[in-house]
Amino acid sequence: MTAVTTAARTAGAAAPAKRPRTNWIPTVILLIGAVYCVLPVVWIVIASTKTNSELFSTAPFAPSFHGGFFSNLRALFAYDHGIFARWALNSVIYAVGGATLSTIVCGCAGYALGKYRFLGSVWLFRMIVAAVLLPQIMLAIPQFLLLAKFGMTNNYAAVILPQLVSPFAIYLCKIYAEASVSDQLLEAARVDGASEWRMFASIGSRLMAPALVTVFLLQFIGIWNNFMLPFVMLNRDRLFPLTEGLYGLLIITGGQAAQYTIVIVGVLVSVIPLATIFLLLQRYWRVDLVSGGIKA
Amino acid sequence: MSVTGDRSGTPSAPRTMKTGASVHGVRDVPESASRPPRGRRHTLLPQTLLVPAVVLFLLFTVAPGGYAIYLSLMKDKVGGGLFGDQNPTTVFAGLENYRSAFGDAEFWHSIGRMLLVAVIGVPATIALATLFALCLDAKRARLVGFARLAIFLPYAVPGVVATLLWGFLYLPATSPIGGGTVDYFGSKMVFFAVANVAVWGVLGFNMVVVYTSLRGLPRELFQAAELDGASELQIALRIKLPMLAPTLTLISVFSLIGALQLFNEPTTLKPITNAISSTWVPLMRVYTDAFVDNDIHRGAAASFLLIVLTVTATVAANAVLRLIARRSER
Repeated sequence: MTAVTTAARTAGAAAPAKRPRTNWIPTVILLIGAVYCVLPVVWIVIASTKTNSELFSTAPFAPSFHGGFFSNLRALFAYDHGIFARWALNSVIYAVGGATLSTIVCGCAGYALGKYRFLGSVWLFRMIVAAVLLPQIMLAIPQFLLLAKFGMTNNYAAVILPQLVSPFAIYLCKIYAEASVSDQLLEAARVDGASEWRMFASIGSRLMAPALVTVFLLQFIGIWNNFMLPFVMLNRDRLFPLTEGLYGLLIITGGQAAQYTIVIVGVLVSVIPLATIFLLLQRYWRVDLVSGGIKA
Repeated sequence: MSVTGDRSGTPSAPRTMKTGASVHGVRDVPESASRPPRGRRHTLLPQTLLVPAVVLFLLFTVAPGGYAIYLSLMKDKVGGGLFGDQNPTTVFAGLENYRSAFGDAEFWHSIGRMLLVAVIGVPATIALATLFALCLDAKRARLVGFARLAIFLPYAVPGVVATLLWGFLYLPATSPIGGGTVDYFGSKMVFFAVANVAVWGVLGFNMVVVYTSLRGLPRELFQAAELDGASELQIALRIKLPMLAPTLTLISVFSLIGALQLFNEPTTLKPITNAISSTWVPLMRVYTDAFVDNDIHRGAAASFLLIVLTVTATVAANAVLRLIARRSER
C-alpha cells in the first residue's frame, strides 16, 4: 500500500456523515511536528525576499516586498558567469543518469538471482547481503585513492560509476522478482517459444516495475543528496553538483555576511524543485518495499 | 544511502532486511513459488545479466577496499640524495599506520563526539517518528494528510542544504529562533545543534516506515481491545507499540548506521563556526588525513579501521536489538 492510498483510506474512514469530535491530542502533536519540519523552509522563503541590510535589521518572519527576491535571484544566477545553473544541470545529470543506470544494473542482477539457479548463484546472493552492511560513504576515500592512481578523477564518470551498484537495490529486486514474476507465466512463455531474453524483456521487467520505480527513486535521492563522493572526487567547480556548489559558496562567503543572501536564495532554489517532484511522485514511492515487506 | 545523520546513506542502508522481511512474510514464501524454472534448455542469460553488477562491484567496492588495505600497510619514505623529499619511495610499514591511528587521542575524541551526536539523535529520531506515526494512526485525528506531507518534506532536502538552512537559523546575526540569546554553537549545545539537523532530515522517512507497518497490523485486534474498554492511549502503548518492535529494530539499526557515517552536517557547519574542528568526527578526520595533510597511508588505515568498527557495531546492534524485539514479542 502506498503512502497516499493509505492516507486516502484514513481520510475516508474518518469522515462519516456525522463528523465525530476531533481527537485533539494527536492533532496538536502532529501540528507541532509539522511546524518543526516546515518552519525552517518557511523562514528561508521569507529570508530570500530580503536585501542584505534587511536580513539583519527586519523581523525574522516579516517578508519584504522591496524587490529583494528578484535582485537576489539575479545575483545568484549572475554569480561567476551563471555557474549556479551549471551546478543544477550537473545535479540532474548525476542523479538522473546514475539512477537510471543503477536501476538497469540492479534490476538485471535481481531478476537473474531471483528467477534462476546456476553455479554460484546462492553464494553470490550471500555476498550481496553481506555487502549491504558496508558503509558506502566510507568507501568514498578508498574509491578516490584508487581512481586517482589511474588519473580517473575529476569527471562525471568518477561520480556516477561508484554509485551504480547498490547491494540493497539488488536485494530488493531479487525478492520482488521471486514474489511477483510467476514461474507458470514464464513456463507458458517458454512453451510458446519465447527466448529467455524475450521473457525477461517483455514479462519479467514489466512485472518488476513497482520495485524498479522504488529503486530509481531511492537511488535518485541518494545520488542527489550525496555530498562526500563528489566532495572527494571533484575539484573543478564546473563539475560540482548543487550540494557541492552551495557549500563552496558558503566557504567563499563564510567570512562576509554581505553574501548571505546569495546562499539563502540558492538554498531555496535547490529545495523547491526536488520537494515539488517528490511530493508529486509520492504515490509511486513504495516505502513498504524499503522496509522489506512485500505482500506476495 | 543511509538513515540518521546522513540521508545519502539512508535508504541504501536498510541493513536489517532480514528482520523486516521475516516480519512481512517474504521468507515464508513457499519454496515452490520461488523455485527457478527447471533448465530444460541451457541459457547463459542470468550470468549475462549479472555481469555489469559484478564487474562494477569488483571495480568500485572490492578493488578500492583492497587498495586501501594495501596503502594502509605502506608508508612514504623520504628518499635521501640530492632531491630528497622530491622523490619519496613507498616502503612496507607493517601496522605502523594502525598503531599511530590507535595511539592518537584525537581519533578517539572524534569517535566520542560522533557517539555523543548519535546518543542524542538516534533515540530522538525513533521516539519522534513513532510518536507521530501513532498520532497519524489515532482515531479522529485531523489534518493527518497535511501533517504527513509536512513531516516528510525535509527528506527531500539534501543534508548539506538542510545544514545550510539550519546554520542560518543558528547564526546569531540571522537567527529567528533566539540565536542572539542561546549560543547554538556553545561547547555543549553544538552537539544538539548537529543532532537536530540530522533528526530534522530523517524523521519523516522513519515516520512513514513506522506508519506503513502500523497500517499493516490487524485492525480487528484494536477493535476488540476497544470493545473491552481499552482507551486510545492504552491501545497505542500496550498493543500497537509492542507489535511495532520489529520495525523499530529495523529503523534503529538504520539510524545508527547513518549516525556512524556522520560527515555532511558537521562539515557544512564548519565554515560558520569555530566550535567544529577539521577532525570533529572520524570521517572528517580521515578526509583531513588524506586531503589536507596529504598522508594517504594514515588516511587509508583510519578509513579501514572505521569500516571494520562500523560493520562490527552494525552487526552487534542488530543482534542485540533483535534479541530485545524477540523478548518483547512474547
